Amino acid sequence: MTVSEQRTDQSKAEYKMSSDNLDFYYGAFKALHGVSMVFKPCEVTALIGPSGCGKSTFLRCLNRMNDLIPTSRVEGLITLDGNDIYAPAVDVVMLRRKVGMVFQKPNPFPKSIFDNVAYGLWVNGVKNKAFVQERVEESLKQAAIWDEVKDRLQDTALGLSGGQQQRLCIARALAVKPEVVLMDEPASALDPIATQKIEELIHELKETYTIIIVTHNMQQAARVSNVTAFFYMGKLIEVGETDTIFTRPKKKQTEDYITGRFG
Amino acid sequence: MTSLFVTPSTQQDGTDETTTIKRRQVNSMSRTDSPFPGVSQRYDRLRKIKQNIFFFLFRAAAAINGIALLVIIYFMVVNGWRAITWEFLTQPPMQSMTKGGILPCIVGTFALSFGAIIVALPIGIASAIYLTEYARPGKVVRLIRLGINNLAGVPSVVFGLFGLAFFVVILGMGVSIAAGALTLGAMSLPVIIGSTEEALKSVPDTYREASLGLGATKWQTIWRVVLPSAMPGILTGAILGISRAAGETAPIMFTGAVFFTPKLPTSIFNEVMALPYHIYVLATAGTAIEKTRHLQYGTAIVLIALVLGMNLVAIIWRSRLRKRLK
Repeated sequence: MTVSEQRTDQSKAEYKMSSDNLDFYYGAFKALHGVSMVFKPCEVTALIGPSGCGKSTFLRCLNRMNDLIPTSRVEGLITLDGNDIYAPAVDVVMLRRKVGMVFQKPNPFPKSIFDNVAYGLWVNGVKNKAFVQERVEESLKQAAIWDEVKDRLQDTALGLSGGQQQRLCIARALAVKPEVVLMDEPASALDPIATQKIEELIHELKETYTIIIVTHNMQQAARVSNVTAFFYMGKLIEVGETDTIFTRPKKKQTEDYITGRFG
Repeated sequence: MTSLFVTPSTQQDGTDETTTIKRRQVNSMSRTDSPFPGVSQRYDRLRKIKQNIFFFLFRAAAAINGIALLVIIYFMVVNGWRAITWEFLTQPPMQSMTKGGILPCIVGTFALSFGAIIVALPIGIASAIYLTEYARPGKVVRLIRLGINNLAGVPSVVFGLFGLAFFVVILGMGVSIAAGALTLGAMSLPVIIGSTEEALKSVPDTYREASLGLGATKWQTIWRVVLPSAMPGILTGAILGISRAAGETAPIMFTGAVFFTPKLPTSIFNEVMALPYHIYVLATAGTAIEKTRHLQYGTAIVLIALVLGMNLVAIIWRSRLRKRLK
């Protein structure tokens, strides 16, 4: 992948990632039917839809996390900066460094707070201690958790509250300087106050990162995203500016869903 | 039955009012007539009795385990405590094994168990990692699993004969620590693989996903995240497997242990005495079986102490590692 590392160059690009006619299978079950959409740089895209509609599956296609499922199969095209991420020559490890992920349940490693954030740097070969130190602090600040943990970086991460753990996981994802951050219902396991913090964080992060977030919470989608995509039964029903989707949806199904008539 | 539920109203510190409220609630709880048709009061009573009977049976089953261990230990201590002296632990057997100590046996059993750990732990852990983390489920994996499960069911004397044929004769190791340790190691492999697999499976997939999501390779994920989390379970399983093997007689009687050798081993190609085999020899083939009864029990005490000691080490080790993970 000879992709320019310069963020400034990328922001000129029309879109950061794209999906073209994507089908996805779990064994014989077809979970995604011809999904086509683009993700613009420095924007938040929300994927909404009822449980089992394929939105998480789609999200996990974007950093090839679904590769871990033995019987899964992908057809169609997904690109990052115009390059096919499923091409044989692509190093999936490098792809995942560029397309980071925050999971539904906070999943810090059973290590210290510092080690959690530094982990991504270490596995990517960074040995310079001062650099690691600096980047850990920077990431924790970016994730708005620095003030809460700066005096106990060597304590275990499992001693943090759920909301703190999730912000730590975001810091951990940011430490390796991804270009895209995928978030799979990052606030669904959190209380309203922690959720609010995460949402504020997303607002700040979109200055620098392309963010794609799966959420069950439609108010959340309306609050944090620029673009919203509605999935139903494995199909992308409608995608558009968040304001438009929530006020003047074009499709009946979208309207039914966002007005709470089903789902 | 209501009397069971009514608390004695002496010694009350609340006001009268609260007490009546309490009573009223208690009374409505203790009514036994069911809201469902055809369910008698007797049924409610019967199912409680049934529950008590089964709880008693389970408790008894658990108690039998504890009691069995205590009886075994008591029996051996009563019969063998006189044998346990400083000389017994530090001297070789003397006068056709009717006097003296069992130092060569202790050293031998230690050497064999330690050797078995060194052989079986890396191979066992590596196999388990392959099976749970790398191998795609299919025919090959099923075949390997079948092999491991069958290995676990092979009688220990067969392992002994295999060790004799393969390590002692074909590989030319002779009756030695090396051959005995390899045989014991082969015997404890299924246990180690099984417990390691369980330990690896108990590591949540979210750890793996988080690590891979940060651009770690599969091996980095296993080495830095999965293995440390699984270590307590792996070590416990390994030591339990080895301590089981340490007490075996059949696998070592053709491969590593000999009837009598007063010398302590100086190389892994020396033959040794071993505790379980020594007990067997004294009790069946010695020159004065009756006269050495207390020596037999004494040796058994030492063997059991050794095995329990190993288990204890495993438990302490595990709890330390667990604490570090928290």
